[in-house]
Amino acid sequence: MSPQRRQLPEDPQIRALVQAMSQRSMSRRGVLGAAGALGLGGLLAACGTGGKSAGSSASAVSVKDVSATDPTVNWANWTLYLDYDEKSKTYPTLDQFKEKTGISVSYVEDIDGNDTYYGKVQGQLKAGQDIGQDLITLTDWMAGRIIRQGYTQELDHANIPNLANLLPDLKDVDFDPGRKNSVTWQTGYAGIAWNKKKFPKGLKNVSDLWDPALKGRVTVLDEMRDTMGLLMLDRGVDITGQWGESEFGTALDDLRKNIGNGQIRQVKGNSYKSDFISGDAIAGIVWSGDIVQMNFENDDQWEFAIPEAGGTLWSDNLMVPVASPRKANAEKLMNFYYEPKVAAEVAAYVNFICPVLGAKEEMEKIDPSLVDNPLIFPTEEDLSHAHVFRALDAEEETTLGSEFQSAIGA
Amino acid sequence: MSKMVMTKKGKIADLRSAEEIKAERRKGRTGVYLVVPGMLVLFLFFALPVIVLLSMSLYARPEGAEIGEFVPALEFGNYVTVLSAYWSELVRSFGFALIATVLALLIGYPMAYLVAVRLRQHGLLQGILLVLLIAPFFSSFILRTQAWKQILADEGWVAQTLKLIAVLPADGHLTATPFAVVAGLTYNFLPFMVLPIYANLGRLDTRLLEASGDLYASPMTSFFKVTLPLSAPGVFAGTLLTFIPAAGDYVNAALLGNNRNTTMIGQVIDSRFFKVIDYPGAAALSFILMLSILILVTLYIRRFGTKELM
Repeated sequence: MSPQRRQLPEDPQIRALVQAMSQRSMSRRGVLGAAGALGLGGLLAACGTGGKSAGSSASAVSVKDVSATDPTVNWANWTLYLDYDEKSKTYPTLDQFKEKTGISVSYVEDIDGNDTYYGKVQGQLKAGQDIGQDLITLTDWMAGRIIRQGYTQELDHANIPNLANLLPDLKDVDFDPGRKNSVTWQTGYAGIAWNKKKFPKGLKNVSDLWDPALKGRVTVLDEMRDTMGLLMLDRGVDITGQWGESEFGTALDDLRKNIGNGQIRQVKGNSYKSDFISGDAIAGIVWSGDIVQMNFENDDQWEFAIPEAGGTLWSDNLMVPVASPRKANAEKLMNFYYEPKVAAEVAAYVNFICPVLGAKEEMEKIDPSLVDNPLIFPTEEDLSHAHVFRALDAEEETTLGSEFQSAIGA
Repeated sequence: MSKMVMTKKGKIADLRSAEEIKAERRKGRTGVYLVVPGMLVLFLFFALPVIVLLSMSLYARPEGAEIGEFVPALEFGNYVTVLSAYWSELVRSFGFALIATVLALLIGYPMAYLVAVRLRQHGLLQGILLVLLIAPFFSSFILRTQAWKQILADEGWVAQTLKLIAVLPADGHLTATPFAVVAGLTYNFLPFMVLPIYANLGRLDTRLLEASGDLYASPMTSFFKVTLPLSAPGVFAGTLLTFIPAAGDYVNAALLGNNRNTTMIGQVIDSRFFKVIDYPGAAALSFILMLSILILVTLYIRRFGTKELM
C-alpha cells in the first residue's frame, strides 16, 4: 500500500471507506466507470472485493481498548461447546468467570461451520470493522486463513499466564507460530458413529457406511477436511502427506456415488445432531464429543469409533477479531479457561480432548469415570490413529472447496 | 392548460402571464420534490445494489489471489461457467415453484371461496378463519419448516402410517425427498395465494350468481362462467406472489431436501457466496435468476395479465 500522507480517520468504517476510495481512484482507468461513485466504492470494499492491497488494510486498524471501562466480552462459539446447566439454563463456568473478574460474557452459539461463519463476517473483517464479537472459535485451517489475512489481533501473552498449561504439542503450530494470535479451545476427532439399537452390528470403517441396510440413513459432515479426510484415509491415503488432486478426486467420487444413489441422506454442518435424534440418520461421519453429549441427553443410543483406517484430528482456536475493542477482557477469559480446574469442568461436559495440562488431575475430583476416557484424555496410542489434514494453499482451498461443494449439490 | 392554444404551425403558444407561469412551475416543481425521496430510496436500495451485483458478476479472480479477492473486469465467462454448471438446479427451481404454485392454487382457492363467499353472513366465523389463515405468520418461517421435518421424520407417525398401509415402501422416507421440498414450498406460500383471492372474492357480487341461476346455469356452470373469471385478478396476483418467492427459496430445500435431487438455485447461490466465497459466480447466478423470473413473469402477464398490471 502506498504511504499515507494524511492521517486516516479514527472510525474504522470511515477509515475503510477512505482507503477503499483511494484505491478506487488509482484503478479508475479500470473498466468500471460506474464504480467510481463514492458510495459504490465503499460498498464494493465492504463486500470484500476491493483492490489487491485491501487485505493489508485490516491489520492497519488500531482500536482503542475499552476493556477497563466496559466489563463485557462477546463470544461466538459452536453449539454444545461449553458446560451448560439444564436446570438453571446457565453456563456455570461463565458465572464463575463473572464472579472472579466482574466481566459478563455474552455467549452465542453462532458458528455452524467454518465456511459459513467466514462467509458471514469476512466482508466486515476485511474492511477492519468490529463484527460485534470479541472472541471467535474456528478450526485450525480457518484460523490459519484469517490469521494470514490479518483479521485477528495479536495477543498479549503477559495477560494469559495460564497459557503455560497448554499441551506441549499444541504450543507451536504451523498456522500460528508461537501462538501469537490464537489459543486452543478444544481438540477432537472426526470419526464414525451409529445407533446401537437400530444397527447393532456397528461400524469399523467408513466403507461400512455403504451397507445397504443403512440406505438413506447416513449423514456426513459438510466440513470438507473431516469428510474428505476420512474418505481418503479409507482409500489408504496419508492425509498429512503431499497427496494430490487424483487422491482427492477418487475419494470425491466415492462421496458423489453415495450421494447419487441415495445412500447418504444429507450432508450437514453442526445440525446433523437433530437428524440423529429424530432417527432420520442411523449412522454417519461425526465429531467425537457430540455423540457423548447426545448420549447423555438421549439415553445412550449411539456409539462413536475412530475408523480402523484412521480418523482426523482437529483443534478449534480462540481468536480476537480485528477491531474488537475488548481484547484485554477476551484475554482474561482465555486465561480463565486455561485454569486446569475450569478446563476439567468444561471437558466433563463437552467431552472433547482437553488441551490443558493438569486438567486430568482435576478431573479426578469432578468425575473419576472420565479420567480414562480416551475421547477426553487420549493416550499416545489413541492419537496415533488420528491424523491432521495437510494445509492447503489458497489456490487448492478454492478449487478443492468448490469441487466438494458441487459434489454435495450446493 | 386552458390558456394554451395551438398555432397554425402546431406549436403551443402560452398566453398566460409571467406570474401564472411562475406559480405553475412552482407547482410542477413541488411534484418533483415529492418524488425525490421515493426515487432516492429506490436508487439506494434497488438500483445501486443491482448495479453492484451486475458489476460484481463480471469480476475476475487473479492468478494466485487470496480467498475472497477479486478484481474488476469484464469477465462474461462467469455467466457461461455458472450457467453450464447449475443449469439443472435452475430448471428444477422453476419446476418446483410451478408445482407448488399449482398445488397452492388448488388448495387455496376453495379456502378463499369458503371464507369470502360462503361465510359472508357469518362474520364471527369468517373472522376466526381469517385469523387462522394468517396465524402461521406469527411464528418463524424456519421453525415451522423445522417442525415439518419432525412431523415427516422416518420415525414419525406420518411416515409410519404410510408404511403400514403400504403407500410408502418399507425403506422409503418422506424427508430428504423432492416431495417434502414441494410440500414445504406449498405450505409456506399458501397464505400468499389465499389472501389475494380472498380479497378479490370478498368483492364478488352474489347477485350475479343469482342471475346466472335464474338463467338456468347449474352451480358448476355459474362458478366457471361467473365466479372464476371475476376472481381472475386475485388468482393472478396469488400465483405471482407464490411463484416468485418459491423459485428463489432455499430454506425449504435446505431443511427438507437432500444433496442429490432437490438442490434449488437459492442453495447454490448461498453456497457460492458463503462457503466457496465465489462472489462473481454467486452474483452471476443471482442475476440469471432475476432475469429468468422477469422473463417468465412478463410472458405470464402478456398471456393472462389484466390491463391494470401492464
